[in-house]
Amino acid sequence: MTDNRFFNRSELIGILVLAVFLVVVLPLTLDVFRLNLVAKYLTYAFVALGLVICWGYGGILSLGQGVFFGLGGYCMAMFLKLEASSVENTKIQSTPGIPDFMDWNQITALPFFWKPFNSLTFTIAAIILVPGIFAWIIGTAMFKRRVGGTYFAIITQAVAAIMTILIVGQQGYTGGINGMTDLRTLKGWDIRPDHAKIVLYFFEVGCLFVCIMIAQFVRHSKLGRILVAMREKEDRVRFSGYSVANFKIFAFCIAAMFAAIGGAMFALNVGFMSPSFVGIVPSIEMVIYTAVGGRLSILGAIYGTLLVSFAKTSLSETFPELWLFGLGGLFIAVVLAFPNGLAGIWGDYVQPRIDRLIASRKSKPDGWTDSSVADGAPAE
Amino acid sequence: MLVGHQPKEFLLAVEALTVSFDGFKAVNDLSFYVDENEIRVIIGPNGAGKTTVLDLICGKTKATSGSIQFRGKELTRMKENEIVKTGVGRKFQNPSIYDDLTVFENLEISYPRGRSVFGALTFTRDAAVRDRVHEVAEMIFLKDRLHMNADLLSHGQKQWLEIGMLLIQDPDLLMLDEPVAGMSVSERAKTAELLNRIIKNRSVLVIEHDMKFVEDIAHKVTVLHQGQILSEGTMEKVKNDPKVVEVYLGH
Repeated sequence: MTDNRFFNRSELIGILVLAVFLVVVLPLTLDVFRLNLVAKYLTYAFVALGLVICWGYGGILSLGQGVFFGLGGYCMAMFLKLEASSVENTKIQSTPGIPDFMDWNQITALPFFWKPFNSLTFTIAAIILVPGIFAWIIGTAMFKRRVGGTYFAIITQAVAAIMTILIVGQQGYTGGINGMTDLRTLKGWDIRPDHAKIVLYFFEVGCLFVCIMIAQFVRHSKLGRILVAMREKEDRVRFSGYSVANFKIFAFCIAAMFAAIGGAMFALNVGFMSPSFVGIVPSIEMVIYTAVGGRLSILGAIYGTLLVSFAKTSLSETFPELWLFGLGGLFIAVVLAFPNGLAGIWGDYVQPRIDRLIASRKSKPDGWTDSSVADGAPAE
Repeated sequence: MLVGHQPKEFLLAVEALTVSFDGFKAVNDLSFYVDENEIRVIIGPNGAGKTTVLDLICGKTKATSGSIQFRGKELTRMKENEIVKTGVGRKFQNPSIYDDLTVFENLEISYPRGRSVFGALTFTRDAAVRDRVHEVAEMIFLKDRLHMNADLLSHGQKQWLEIGMLLIQDPDLLMLDEPVAGMSVSERAKTAELLNRIIKNRSVLVIEHDMKFVEDIAHKVTVLHQGQILSEGTMEKVKNDPKVVEVYLGH
C-alpha cells in the first residue's frame, strides 16, 4: 500500500494546492488589510476543521463551538492583556498593573485565576487544555448517558448562551460586553503594525496545516472509520466491543481544541476578543461554514469558511439587514440541494471532468506503448 | 427439567431473569443453561420474548431482576462493550452493517484489537489483520467483494457480512437472531452450510422460525411463550409436546 497514515495521492495534491493558495497566492495579491481579513476568516477554519471530525465523521452536531473558540481566545487575550497592563502603561489607574476594565469595576487586585496567565507557557497549555477539559466534561456527562443527536445540539447551544451571559455579567473579570481590547504586545513584540500582521498570518497558516495533518491522521486511522461506523450503526459498534461514548468524547474534544486554537489565533490576529464570538449566532455560523464547504471534507471546510466569510464581509456591508436571512437561506439550500457542500459538488461534477481530461491527455502521447494499457482505466 | 443438575460449569446460566416494560413482563422468571459447544435454538410465537432474551444477555436491555452468568461472570452489571470482551457476540435481526464502509473495513472494525480510543488511533492494518479478513471473507462468500461499499450488497450478502463480523471477533457464545430470514432458497442453503462450519468450537444461541433449519442444527430447543419457558429439550421431544403443538407448531 502506497498510502501513508496522513493522506493519499489526491489528498496530497489538494493540500499542496491549498498551501500554495494560502502561502503564495494570497500574500502576493492582497494588501496587508485584506490579508489580515483572511487571517481573521482562517481562525474560523480551525473551528470548521474540528466540526468535520466531530459532525461530519462522528455525526455529533455541536451548536456551541463558539464556547471553545471563546475559551481559547480569552486565554490568549488574558495573556496579552496582562502584558499590555504593565505598571507603566496603567499608572493613571487607581490600581496600576491590572487590566483597565478591572480598574473601572473597582477591582483592586488581580484575581487568582488571572495570575498564571503571566506565563506564556501556561497560556499556550491553557489554550489547548481548558477547552479540552471542558469539552471532556460536557462530553462525558452527555455521551455516557447516551444523550445524542438533537438533544446534544440543543444542550451545546444552551452552553453557548450560558457562556455569553457569564462573560457579559462578570464584567470585572472578563471585560464584559466590550471584551478585552487594546491588546498590544506578545513578549515585547508589537502585534499591531503591518509587518507583525504578515508574520502572524504565516504563523496562523502554519498552525492550520498542523491541524489539517492531525485531522488527516485521525481520518485515516481506524478511529476515523469507527466514527463513520458509529454515525450509521451505533449499536453495531457497541456490540463489536467499542465504548461508543469514549469515541464521541474524543471527537468532541478534538473539535473543541481545534476551535480553541482558532480562538487564540483570533485574539492574536485581530487584536481583541469579545463575547460576540462566543454565543449562539457565531456558533451556528461556524456550522454553516462547515456545511457549505462540505462536512465530510477537511479541505472543503476551509474553502467554505473563506467563501462564506468573504461573502459575509461584502454583503453585510451592502445589505446589513439581509445578511442573516441570506446566511440562513444558504444553510437550508446547501442542506437540501448539496448535502456534501462545495466538496460534494467538486467530487461529483468537477473532479470526474478533470480526471477524464488528464486521462485523455495521457493516452495520446503514449497511445502506442503498452504501459498506458496497463495502468490506464479501460475506455468506455 | 433440571433434576439431574450436577455442579458443573455452564457456559451461560440464566436464572430467574425478569424484565418488565411499564409493568408488562416481556421475560418472566426465565431460567435456562447453555453448555460449552452447545447449539441452542429458541423458538416461539411472535412476542414470546425471544429477541428480548438476546437483548438482555448482550446488555442492550437491562434486566429488572435475575442473573445472567457467563463463565462465572455476572453480565447484568456489565456494559455492552465489556460483555463483548468477555466473549459474547450478537447478530441483529436486520442486517446491521456499515453501509458507507467497504466490506474490508466492515470486517476490520470487528477485528478484536485496538478497541480503545488510543488503540484505534494507532491501529495498523498489518499482515495478521489482512490475512484474517481475507480468511473470513472467503468463508462468508464475499472474497471478491472486499473493496465494494457494503450498501451495494444484496440482503443475503449483508446477513453474511454481519455473520462474518461476528466470526472475526471469535466469540465463545454466538447469538444469532433469525439468520436466514428474508433469504432466497439458495442463500438459505449456503447460510446453513456457513453456520454449520462456524458453530464448531463455540456455543451458539439461535432464534429461528424455519423449522427445517432448526432441526438441522439444534442440539436442544427452548420454546418460549409469553416470556416463559413452555418446553425444553431435544427437537423430537419438543415437537411432540402437546403444549408446544397447541401454541406454536399447531398452525
